[in-house]
Amino acid sequence: MATRGLRVLAKSSTPLLRRTLSNSISETRPCARILDAECSGAAALPARGSCGVPARSYGSATNRTADTELSKNWSKTPPAARRLSGEPEKAFSDDEDHEILDYPGAKTNFTHEMTFIPETAAEPVPCFRLLNDFGQPLPWAKLPQMDAELATKIYRNMVNLQTMDAIFYEAQRQGRFSFYLTTHGEEAINIASAAALSPQDVVFTQYREPGILMWRGFTMQDFADQCFGNAADLGKGRQMPVHYGSRELNCPTLSSPIATQLPQAVGAAYGLKMSRKDACSVAYFGDGASSEGDFHAALNFAAILETPTIFICRNNGWAISTPTNDQFRSDGIVVKGRGYGIRSIRVDGMDTLALYCAVKEARKIAIEESRPVLIEALSYRVGHHSTSDDSSKYRKKAEIEHWKLVRDPVNRFKKWIEAQGWWDAKSEKAIRSEARSSVIAAMNKAGQKQKPELSNLFTDVYDSLPSNLREQELQLRDVIAKYPRGYPTDVPL
Amino acid sequence: MRISITRALSILQRCARDCPQQQHSSPSVGNSTLSGAVRLLSSQALATSKEPEAGNVPKKSLNLFSAINQALHIALETDPRSYIFGEDVNFGGVFRCTTNLADTFGKHRVFNTPLCEQGIVGFAIGLAAMDNRAIAEIQFADYIYPAFDQIVNEAAKFRYRSGNQFNCGGLTIRAPYGAVGHGGHYHSQSPESFFCHVPGIKVVIPRSPAQAKGLLLSSIRDPNPVVFFEPKWLYRQSVEDVPEGDYMLPLSKAEVMREGTDITLVGWGAQLSVMEQACIDASKEGISCELIDLRTLIPWDRETVEASVNKTGRLLVSHEAPVTGGFGAEISASIVERCFLRLEAPVARVCGYDTPFPLVFEPFYMPTKNKILDAIKTSVSY
Ligand SMILES: Cc1ncc(C[n+]2csc(CCOP(=O)(O)OP(=O)(O)O)c2C)c(N)n1
Ligand SMILES: [Mg+2]
Repeated sequence: MATRGLRVLAKSSTPLLRRTLSNSISETRPCARILDAECSGAAALPARGSCGVPARSYGSATNRTADTELSKNWSKTPPAARRLSGEPEKAFSDDEDHEILDYPGAKTNFTHEMTFIPETAAEPVPCFRLLNDFGQPLPWAKLPQMDAELATKIYRNMVNLQTMDAIFYEAQRQGRFSFYLTTHGEEAINIASAAALSPQDVVFTQYREPGILMWRGFTMQDFADQCFGNAADLGKGRQMPVHYGSRELNCPTLSSPIATQLPQAVGAAYGLKMSRKDACSVAYFGDGASSEGDFHAALNFAAILETPTIFICRNNGWAISTPTNDQFRSDGIVVKGRGYGIRSIRVDGMDTLALYCAVKEARKIAIEESRPVLIEALSYRVGHHSTSDDSSKYRKKAEIEHWKLVRDPVNRFKKWIEAQGWWDAKSEKAIRSEARSSVIAAMNKAGQKQKPELSNLFTDVYDSLPSNLREQELQLRDVIAKYPRGYPTDVPL
Repeated sequence: MRISITRALSILQRCARDCPQQQHSSPSVGNSTLSGAVRLLSSQALATSKEPEAGNVPKKSLNLFSAINQALHIALETDPRSYIFGEDVNFGGVFRCTTNLADTFGKHRVFNTPLCEQGIVGFAIGLAAMDNRAIAEIQFADYIYPAFDQIVNEAAKFRYRSGNQFNCGGLTIRAPYGAVGHGGHYHSQSPESFFCHVPGIKVVIPRSPAQAKGLLLSSIRDPNPVVFFEPKWLYRQSVEDVPEGDYMLPLSKAEVMREGTDITLVGWGAQLSVMEQACIDASKEGISCELIDLRTLIPWDRETVEASVNKTGRLLVSHEAPVTGGFGAEISASIVERCFLRLEAPVARVCGYDTPFPLVFEPFYMPTKNKILDAIKTSVSY
């Protein structure tokens, strides 16, 4: 679905892009060269008198600057005389103007100008958006074809997610389970991206993306059961709350170590590609995660192995207390894609429609062209990092309030569907109270369910129990029998 | 249940106020030039007396994270070439250990790093190699693995591979480790044994605030790279009187916390308070336990353990990490080698099971007091 304004940073840049990134990026970077490799010592020498022949500019017209004395001297030397015996002729094209440098590490042309690439482009990469902060389409925005059914389904899911987060957060504070973190401010990234994917796409999440599971049918009960770590938790009570996963919904169970899912998503995509599945893999991660080695490994592998992988970075400004200025000095995450030869786009992460379009297009590129795409979604982490964090220690309350009240992505999308005539105060009231009661009901039910049986401590370490674990289980049961009061009673033996 | 360890400390060596100057004038952190403080420490034969320096040393009741904060403060104050960095260190760290340090010493000496453990440790090695003290924080021991290569292949071999031309002895890596009641797989691990398999680094684990302060200062000033694991369960829970000044406790020196005659118990870190409870319960049944805090896991103080086992004839080792390949196995093997004829029962290991660290089953997984008590009784009646 092509939309006006949706620009993907392609390896072969568009003129528009070239203008944006003119300072740092051209098609292939020319290589500065003073001394020619064929230095014979007899040729016309540069002023320094060292053994060498100044290289001329082999670049295209744009790379060439005014002729210098050196290059004039050079041009007097006949090409044939420059060829040393045994040197491969094909290293040079017939047309000197288009001679290219053919080191194995880079194919490029020469320049006699010593130019360092600036650390950032003159202008930051623009951010693709379709709706403004008030939910109104931008003047020339080409909106996606989204009918009332899809739009309201997206909105409902965003409200459900928001409600679940608010209530679960409070429940954790009241001690009903041990940990929680919210997606506040990032509901659109969660739901709009999920809506643009297909259910068979394999999704690797960090931890702030439960909305993907929600969109795919993970119920409030499923979420609550996991947080309570009860017998119905698919993860059998073994992991902390919010560590969801579902084989049925193609979401491998997440882990806490940051960025580990990224190279895994690339491997998964390679598998999908080799088995000719009409599916891609999707990896979500934060701005902090982009600093880990695994992020860089993943992008490079994805580019080299040409895997259908969509990398979705939630650049929400914070990694716990660390602001992005302590995390990277690049123009965000989006520019890193080019460093690895990956098509990339920056999107307004609080604009549901823009996200939906960008992810939809990224999926098309990933699958049709079998190549990775990087999406940087700009957002703001409205909540504390987690229930273990108090963000007022490192950021201003007013800043949080601004993003929470003025920039709320859920509200922004609501304004748009209202303007379409698909939503009104009545439906809003109904869905909010429905969401509340379904979360509370799920939570109450989850709290009443039994914990998983004790044997689950030992199973699944391997496909079957090795003898050491069998022995350890017996030892444990033996001590429990001797000291029954020393152990929790809510875990069935 | 964890309790505060408030028992009197043995051997708190207070480093004289002039240590800092000596340190400043000693540009080489490692390379066999001991810092003034280290020299002073070793020349005064520490850890032989069990007399707490009651009275003459001003003390203040502190919890573990505050004691660590004090040690870090002293480290920065006494050596202008010391630096502290890691994820979220600037605002005080997720466990508050670096509170106020950036404000006091400036953002060039105390700073946030990008979220990248291999970067943190690699950077720290390079900084240390230039004769600085690099105090790197890994937010959780569970997240030290991306830095494993830098620690094992680089920090540990920096001196050896260069023929002692270079070293990164000024490196100290701090990381909170261990169970905390609700940490699940990735906020509970005790990875010490991986590092105990690496010649060239030291592994130190304190059990209490006063121990932590003295051991951390020794680790920072030791001319070898040290991995310093802090028992995060005790950050707030463990409170005791901590000497206010600058002092160091010796590395590679175990401490007999409790003397006994029937069985020797060896442990480290947070597990010691559990073991201590088991000792108390055992004594009610007439069993006299000797409890040893190993403090430094490598190079470890075999002599103290050996002497104790030669006295008691029995040994029990306990740690939270999975039993198989845990450091308890090394202690057990060494003591069997050295005390074979003296042993009156097999060495007992009460440890974590060979499973990932589980959330809901944590109370079952843990080497609890009654498991230890049971093993003590089995050993004594063997
Ligand atoms: C390898 C590793 N190091 C450190 C941590 C501790 N940690 C958990 S979340 C987090 C910050 C992540 O920030 P970001 O990637 O921006 O995600 P956000 O929380 O903003 O969604 C850190 C440092 C971890 N989980 N894993
Ligand atoms: Mg972030």
